[in-house]
Amino acid sequence: MDMVNVKVNGIPVSVPAGSTVLEAANAAGVDIPTLCYMKEINAIGACRMCMTEVSGARGLVAACVYPVAEGMEINTNSQKAFEARKMTLELILSNHRMECLTCSRNQNCELQKLAREYGVDEVRFGDPKSLEPQIECSTAHLIRDNSKCVLGRRCRAVCRYPLWVAVIGASERGFATHIGSAFDRGLGEVGCVSCGQCIAVCPTGALTEVDDTDKVWAALADPTKHVVVGTAPAVRAALGEEFGYEIGTNVEGKMCAALRRLGFDGVFDVNAAADLTIMEEGNEFIERVQNGGVLPMITSCSPGWIRFCEQYYPEFIPNLSSCKSPQQMFGAMMKSYYAKQAGIDPKDIFVVTAMPCTAKKYEVRREDQAAVDGLWDIDATITTRELAKMIRKAGMNFNRLPDETFDPAFGDFTGAGVIFGATGGVMEAALRTVVEKLTGKELPKLDFTEVRGIAGIKEAEYDVAGMKVRVAVASGLANAKELLERVKRGEANYHFIEIMGCPGGCVNGGGQPIQPGNIRNFVDLRAERAKALYSQDASMALRKSHESPLMKKVYAEFLGEPGSHLAHELLHTSYKERSRYPGLDGEKR
Amino acid sequence: MPNMKTKVAFKGTPEQEAELRKFIAETKNEKGSTMPILQKAQEIYGYLPEEVQVMIAEETGIPLTEIYGISTFYAQFALNPKGQTRVSVCLGTACYVKGSGDVLAKVVETLGCEAGSITADGLFSVDATRCVGACGLAPVMTINDEVYGRLVAADVPGILAKYQH
Repeated sequence: MDMVNVKVNGIPVSVPAGSTVLEAANAAGVDIPTLCYMKEINAIGACRMCMTEVSGARGLVAACVYPVAEGMEINTNSQKAFEARKMTLELILSNHRMECLTCSRNQNCELQKLAREYGVDEVRFGDPKSLEPQIECSTAHLIRDNSKCVLGRRCRAVCRYPLWVAVIGASERGFATHIGSAFDRGLGEVGCVSCGQCIAVCPTGALTEVDDTDKVWAALADPTKHVVVGTAPAVRAALGEEFGYEIGTNVEGKMCAALRRLGFDGVFDVNAAADLTIMEEGNEFIERVQNGGVLPMITSCSPGWIRFCEQYYPEFIPNLSSCKSPQQMFGAMMKSYYAKQAGIDPKDIFVVTAMPCTAKKYEVRREDQAAVDGLWDIDATITTRELAKMIRKAGMNFNRLPDETFDPAFGDFTGAGVIFGATGGVMEAALRTVVEKLTGKELPKLDFTEVRGIAGIKEAEYDVAGMKVRVAVASGLANAKELLERVKRGEANYHFIEIMGCPGGCVNGGGQPIQPGNIRNFVDLRAERAKALYSQDASMALRKSHESPLMKKVYAEFLGEPGSHLAHELLHTSYKERSRYPGLDGEKR
Repeated sequence: MPNMKTKVAFKGTPEQEAELRKFIAETKNEKGSTMPILQKAQEIYGYLPEEVQVMIAEETGIPLTEIYGISTFYAQFALNPKGQTRVSVCLGTACYVKGSGDVLAKVVETLGCEAGSITADGLFSVDATRCVGACGLAPVMTINDEVYGRLVAADVPGILAKYQH
């Protein structure tokens, strides 16, 4: 690789040719402020926060897009740059509804942080105090308040490129410019898949999830309710970030302790339901293969993907596994198996899940997600961020909590359940079970490394009992689209496909802790958080779902066989084509 | 100028649709064809309603949000058809300093119709325009092809009444 030598604030660094000033500064350990830039998807130089002085340029340059040249001297901290950035901040703030104390992003806001760092102690322009909220809240998962928007368009970029759905963009011009959907329709009426990636990249409080923590606090305070909680695999890989742990730290033990201290009557793990998913989905796959069923079979764990399929690729609905997502299986099992075991009336059980996902807020109120007596499988679902909020509100010193474990009634899980949180994990977990079932022999090696990693599309072929099993894994809906198009064109022929809506899978879900641009642009959250899960898997004695003692017990005492009548009633669901633009039916993009 | 979703029903014909789809098929693979396609659509329909924008998005593969973003960015595109009676208030410099902002506000109030939009019955459309070249008469309003000058806001209801049958 051609390298270029530059100096950043006098420090010599060598960076690959084509690097930007921002990247060179990072290599020298210096942060240049950014509000709009997002690596790989949004290099538009719009916000002007990164204005920097470099030799050879007439004026200040936008560091996020300006390429370095040999011998360039970069001064990130010149008076001129400071003044320009401060003025930009004042102008942004003149049109920003400042209600920092009551804003959900207080102390976790990139704009607030910059205003503090640049000493903006007054806003000389406009009258930001008089701004009215501009709220869009037509969905179960998201609240948009354009009065806090800085028009950096990170949300638009993440929606357009890795997710492909492109349901939000910038409309109009000048002062009227705003982020919204076509014809200012509500997000629920334009084909939004509820992934929440826009929330995770927003530098301010303009985009936030719908807060469901009050529902959980109310249930916890209700003496008539038996309140149980289940946590998704990816939560333990990221929750620590909210409490100062390094990205990629697995905080499962402290998370269990925190949940118990919050007052949950049962602290369970959706990992166990992930094992259950493999039992059912593996069985479904084998049946499809042996009985000429619809192939490729496609996983159904990611509600963002399911919604995408129903709205954009309804022709693949027959390919979707009929299995509910692990979250929904968890809820159904709580209100059936667990209720019976614990001798509690299902209507008195309040099931909470903590998820890395905002689409789960949509999923819990889908039709056909109430398996027992018409009771919703899940009563409330909160994101990793909301869980952290509850832990803070409860005054817990998270770092000083002991390491505890899940309650045994539904807390036993295998390594296969753990890796569900990363792209390729469901495929690998399924293969561990399916291959052993088909061959009747123990696998010599459990690591299916071909389906691991952050590549958007992964493919592999395995020889299983004389049959070539071709699998593919896609994460990020743009990659899912590409893969499905290949299948449609007949260029690829798979037996089994795993699709996750979010790039990198659940570890990078829209409900995970928010990392600011200066971290996101230089640390791959997908890879770091996934490492936490794969190392937990590697350390476990049991790594195959069908070897889980809990699964053996659940099937022996309750469900019978995978795919049994009862299993279908509780753990399976159906899908239907849905319109992207209600009111303009039949129209495809 | 606010681009409001139109209140009048879409009345496109199969012939119009066929013409637009044909034009898109011919041009969509050329770089930079989005603007010509939008211009053609407006030429055919007179404006760019939701139904037409969805058609364009569907045929070109460009997200509807982007089409909408472009159609609201450029003043040349209209999201509303023109009414039977077209009211335009000049907001050019001379008219503006002579108080045409108040005249426009009165028009909007009287008709219940924002600038850039059309009344639900399709009778009136209101636009705010740039200089019409009649600065000596500022502030100026035109209704269809007639020019009304040296206005004050209080004149507006009387003038509009002549067109309200």
